[in-house]
Amino acid sequence: MARAPLTLEQRLRPPRRRVSPLIVRDTINGLLFVSPWIVGVLVFTVYPILASFYYSFTEYDVISSPTFVGLENYRELLTGDPLFWKSFRNTLFFAAVAIPLNLLVAVGVAMLLNLKIRGMAFYRTIFFLPSIVPEVASAMLWAWILNPQFGLANAMLRGVGVGGVGWLSDPQWSKPSLILIGLWAFGGSMVIFLAALQDIPEHLYEAADLDGANTLRKTWHVTIPMLTPTIFFNLVLGVIGAFQYFTAGFVLTQGSGNPSSSTLFYAMLIYRNAFSYFKMGYASAMAWLLFAFVFLITFVIFKTSGRWVYYEGEQN
Amino acid sequence: MAEQSLSDTRPMHVATQRKAVRRIARRIGAHLLLIALSLLFALPFVWLVSTSLKPTEQLFRLPIEWIPRPFTWSNYPRALTYIPFFLYLRNTLYIALFNVAGTLISYSLVAYGFARIRWPGRNALFFVLIATLMIPYQVTLIPTFLIFRQIGWVGSFNALTWPSLTGSAFFIFLLRQFYLTIPQELSAAAKIDGASEFQIYRRIILPLSKPALAAVALFTFNANWNDLLGPLIYLNDESHYTLALGLYGFLSRVRTEWGMLMAASTVMVLPIIVLFFLTQRTFIQGITLTGIKG
Repeated sequence: MARAPLTLEQRLRPPRRRVSPLIVRDTINGLLFVSPWIVGVLVFTVYPILASFYYSFTEYDVISSPTFVGLENYRELLTGDPLFWKSFRNTLFFAAVAIPLNLLVAVGVAMLLNLKIRGMAFYRTIFFLPSIVPEVASAMLWAWILNPQFGLANAMLRGVGVGGVGWLSDPQWSKPSLILIGLWAFGGSMVIFLAALQDIPEHLYEAADLDGANTLRKTWHVTIPMLTPTIFFNLVLGVIGAFQYFTAGFVLTQGSGNPSSSTLFYAMLIYRNAFSYFKMGYASAMAWLLFAFVFLITFVIFKTSGRWVYYEGEQN
Repeated sequence: MAEQSLSDTRPMHVATQRKAVRRIARRIGAHLLLIALSLLFALPFVWLVSTSLKPTEQLFRLPIEWIPRPFTWSNYPRALTYIPFFLYLRNTLYIALFNVAGTLISYSLVAYGFARIRWPGRNALFFVLIATLMIPYQVTLIPTFLIFRQIGWVGSFNALTWPSLTGSAFFIFLLRQFYLTIPQELSAAAKIDGASEFQIYRRIILPLSKPALAAVALFTFNANWNDLLGPLIYLNDESHYTLALGLYGFLSRVRTEWGMLMAASTVMVLPIIVLFFLTQRTFIQGITLTGIKG
C-alpha cells in the first residue's frame, strides 16, 4: 500500500519531542539500582553461556588450553557413550513419574486442607516440614529407612504381610525409591496450591451451587480450571528442577549412580565428567544438550498452555 | 428416575438435613485421611530421632523397636567429635550469613530499580532476568568454576560468598512483586518533598518490605545451609567444609553407624525446623508470593 502524503497537522508538528531531563535522570537512577544484577548477569550468566558453548566444541582438561575438536564431543555423546543415554533415560523416567505424582499429591492434599477443617495449620505444618529438611540429611535418613534388612520401610511392609524389597540396592527399585524420597518433600508446592485455592472467589462456588452442581462437578469445573495457572507454574519449575536433579542421588550413591547405573542422573554424569575426569569440553557439550532439551520441553509446555491454562479476566 | 422425582417433592428440611449429614461425613473422612497421611509423613522424623538415641545393638534387632532402650545420648557427642562439627558449623554460618547480608543489600536495590523507577529498557531487561530463570545451572557451572579458578578462589569461601552481591533472578523477582504492591503515591509524595530515589528506597520502601526481605533472608539462609554442590566443587580443604559437605563425607566413612549418622542429621535438621517455627508466617508468605504471581 502506498504511503499517504503527510497532512498539514503532521507537517506542523515539531520534529521530535526532546528527551526530557526527567527521563534521563530516571534512566540513570534505574541503571544504577540494577547495576549489581547487570554485572552479575554479564559475569555469571552471559559470559559463561558463551564460554561453555565454545568449550563444548573443544577438548579441555583445565591444565592445557582448550583445543578445538568441532562436533566430536556431541558425536561421542550421542553415538559412543552408553552412560549418556543411560543417564538421560534415568532422568526422563524420574521426571515423567515424579513430576505428575508430586503435582497430584500436592493438589490433592491442598484440596483436603482447603475444606476449612479444624487443625488445618497443624496438618499444613506436618506436610510442609519435610520440604525444608536439608537434602543431605534427608538422603541419609532415607538410606536408613530404606535399608533392606533393618529399615523402617521393609518392616512396615512385612507388617502388612508384603515381602520387603531391595529399595536402593535393587536396580528395579532404586529410581522409585528416589521418587518416594522426593515425594516426601512435596509440601513446598502444596503450600502454593493451598494459597491458590484460598484465592478462588467464593461467588464461583455459590453460582455452581445455584446450578445444582455437586462436589465433583465443582471440583472439575471451578477448582481445577482456577488452579491451572499454578499447576502450569509448578509444572515448568518441576521440569527444570527434575533435569537438574543431583543431591539426593549423589549422596545416596556417593556419586556412583549404582546399582548398575540405575540412579546415574544427567546432572551427576555432568559433574563426574567435569570434576572427576576434568573433561570440561565434554561436560559442556552435555550441559548444552540438557539446555536444548529443557528449552524444548518448556517451549512445548508454554505453547500448549493456551489450551489448558485458564487466566481469569483474560478475554480469549 | 422415579426415585429422583420423589426426592424432589420431599419437604425442604429433609434435604438440608441430609446435606448436613453428608457434609459431616465428608469432614470426618477428610480428617481420617489427613491423620493417616500426616502420620506417614511424620514417621521419618520420629524414626530419625529414635534411631539417634538407640544403642548400636538395638539398631539391628528385629522386629524393629521404636523406643530406644536404654536412651543412648552418647551418639550425639560421638558424632559431633568424630567430625569437627563446630568448625563445619562455623563455616556454614559464615557462608550462609554472608549470603544473607549480600542478598539483602543488593537484591533489594536491584528490585527497586525494576519495580519503582520507570525507564526505557527496563521491561526488556526484566524479561532477560526472567529468562535467566530457565537456564539450567549446569550450563554456567563450568565457565564459572574456571573464572574462580583463574582468580584463585577455588579452595576458599570467596566463590561461595561474593557472588551473592550480584543477585539471583528468583529473589529479585520475589522482591519486585512485593514492591509493586506498595502504593505509588508514597513515592510521589516523597518526591515532591525533594527526596532522592535512594532516600525513597531507604526510608519508605525498605521499612515497608520487611516481610518480603525476611522471606528472602530465610530462603537464602536455608539454601546455603543445605547446599551440597557449591561446597563440593569449591571447597577442597577439610578445614573449610560446611555441614552439608561434612555430613556427606561422614556418611561415606561410617556407612553402618546409623546411630551416629542420625544424630548428626538431627543436629543439622533441628536448626532449620526451629527457624521455621519461629518464622512460619514469613516462610509461607514468601513461598506463596512467588508461587502465585508467577
